[in-house]
Amino acid sequence: MSRQQDFDEGDADTAPGDHQTGDENQDVRSVIGSYVIGLGLATALTLAAFWVASGSSLLYGPGIPMALAALAVGQMGVRLVFFLHITTGPGHLNNVLALAFGVFVIGIVIAGSVWIMFHLNGNMMPAAMMHLPTQP
Amino acid sequence: MSFLAVAVGFAMIWHMWALALLGGASAVAAFTVFAWFDPRREAFSASKAGSLDAQWRKANAALTTTEPPARTKAGDQTGPSSKRVTVAYGFWIFLLSDFVLFAGFYAAYAVLSQATAGGPLPRDLFDLRIVAFETACLLLSSFACGMASVASHQRHLLGTQIDYLATALLGAGFLWLEFGEFARLLAQGAGPERSAVLSAFFALVGLHGLHVCLGLLWLLTMMAQVWAKGFRPDIQRRMMCFALFWHALDIIWVGIFTNVYLLGTSP
Repeated sequence: MSRQQDFDEGDADTAPGDHQTGDENQDVRSVIGSYVIGLGLATALTLAAFWVASGSSLLYGPGIPMALAALAVGQMGVRLVFFLHITTGPGHLNNVLALAFGVFVIGIVIAGSVWIMFHLNGNMMPAAMMHLPTQP
Repeated sequence: MSFLAVAVGFAMIWHMWALALLGGASAVAAFTVFAWFDPRREAFSASKAGSLDAQWRKANAALTTTEPPARTKAGDQTGPSSKRVTVAYGFWIFLLSDFVLFAGFYAAYAVLSQATAGGPLPRDLFDLRIVAFETACLLLSSFACGMASVASHQRHLLGTQIDYLATALLGAGFLWLEFGEFARLLAQGAGPERSAVLSAFFALVGLHGLHVCLGLLWLLTMMAQVWAKGFRPDIQRRMMCFALFWHALDIIWVGIFTNVYLLGTSP
């Protein structure tokens, strides 16, 4: 028992999805409570997102897409922490590093595609110039 | 499995629907059958085990004497991680690569979101009430899957099965709503062939639906396995990977309903 505790209190890794290192002996109530908190927060954020998207007159119109994006990021964070149990705890370093790299690649793919494609039309040669000789 | 997947891809390219269906069904059957195979166990005598252990200790001693560990404080050497940790970590890497795959489809949809080719705009097609019900189904399904994880930690068979059943029913409800929506769009002549934005829409949402389909198949397999084989460590690991997969699908759905449905319909 004490040997097992020594083992767990070191730098032992925690599996993604496990709540704490030494998952076997943890308090069931606290784990269920964490899922319930996650469910409540996710429900609240979802309702907020649908309300924002309904275009209420209380909201500043041009800010709606940014508000939706912020709510989505918050929602994903809630699910990562309360459902997937990815936290900044000591055993989670590898999991969080892998997640950070994934987010980095996803950001490049999405933001890069949108950025390039929406500037592409502006950077294209006008159709009238297509048949002109390029050398003077 | 990969051979059958190649057959399905070939059949889809050349519109051989019967072959595609056959290949898909065979792949599902192969998955179900292979999932039941247990890893081989070899029995050997105690003296054999002793000699193997002695060999291992000798090799280990040679390693530690030639190369002293960097950290020598007692209790600081935790050794290699348990198989539970390495399996879950590997699956986590797979899930992140799956997220990157979805990022490509998100990017395609975002880039093509104005390319309607004179067809209908997404905001005229979506019914947000259905999307709200789909979201609720998937969120509650994810919650039920979390409860199943708790129950399986407690080795509570009935609780695990009930929670998995709730997970499966809610997931099936999500799929039913989604197929209904696809059928409605197709009936309105807004299929994937209508415009680039609808192609991207069907690819993105359809890919997520395909993931949910495969997840349901996996879930039913896990229900049968935990019933037949009990809470063995390998079954526990599979259930943990399934829980990761199911929660990840929920996270992807958050991106879809925000990016596609809410941004598409907001004024």
